[in-house]
Amino acid sequence: MLTLKCPYCGITAEETELHAGGEAHLTRYGPDSSDDNFETYLFTRENPKGVHFERWRHSHGCGKWFHAARCTLTMEVFGTYSAQTTKPPQTILDAITAKRPGWSWRDLS
Amino acid sequence: MSEPISALRRARYEGFVTVEEAGLQGMVQIRGDFDSDIFTRAVSDAAGVPMPGQRKALWEGRQGLLWMSPDEVMLLCPYPEADRALARLDSALAGTHHLALNVSDARTLFTLEGTGLREVLAKLAPVDMSPDVFRPGMLRRTRLAQVAAAFWLRSDTRAEVICFRSVAPYMMDLLSTAAATGSEVGLHGD
Repeated sequence: MLTLKCPYCGITAEETELHAGGEAHLTRYGPDSSDDNFETYLFTRENPKGVHFERWRHSHGCGKWFHAARCTLTMEVFGTYSAQTTKPPQTILDAITAKRPGWSWRDLS
Repeated sequence: MSEPISALRRARYEGFVTVEEAGLQGMVQIRGDFDSDIFTRAVSDAAGVPMPGQRKALWEGRQGLLWMSPDEVMLLCPYPEADRALARLDSALAGTHHLALNVSDARTLFTLEGTGLREVLAKLAPVDMSPDVFRPGMLRRTRLAQVAAAFWLRSDTRAEVICFRSVAPYMMDLLSTAAATGSEVGLHGD
């Protein structure tokens, strides 16, 4: 079972206490954007076998949204971090590089 | 004015742990910026206890504060005093961004008494209840079986559980079943 540490309340919560919120760091294109951008925002998602970045909510706990970096193949969790950011912090990227040299996800690597 | 009645009228179950619906309890839900001195001073003045640290419960008699999230605390007080505490807060925090609401009639409080209460909670929540990890004064928001709940330990033999009033009968059934005599697991050496 997946266990993630909530960066807001410090609880190491297991999956049943959390709610998955889909892919992280999407750019939300609004009404004045191009059709292509809007379509990409709505429908195009990464589907990696390996490193992935996701949003989670500690729904049965403090109720806060946060980000998690994990491996979809092994369920290994590289770390969790605040929701108040548009890209993963360097410490998370370094932790992934240490364990999965040569990884890439969108324009991150 | 109609007479306020608690969800289960102090329903009680005696198993290896005694489960009781605690009756009417004043609860004021408060959200705001914990880094603001104005906010924290107003909250602890209204509650009569200092601001609790992360995942802590602090109380003095029937007054208390529960840490619910990085921007939310729950104030405990006798039921008839909840509106007064709320008014005090609102006047002290006029002009400061905050949210305060009397939720006394929207929540239900249960008490668990007995040496086996860690076991009762461990059966229902995905929480490590061992005595050296979850100690008196600590609070945990989680789920008990299928419903959201918060609980904290007043001592090693007394715990309190808060849930939504709408699920109070379910919570009573859950706690009673988990506390049924003969269903002890003996995980924590009780």
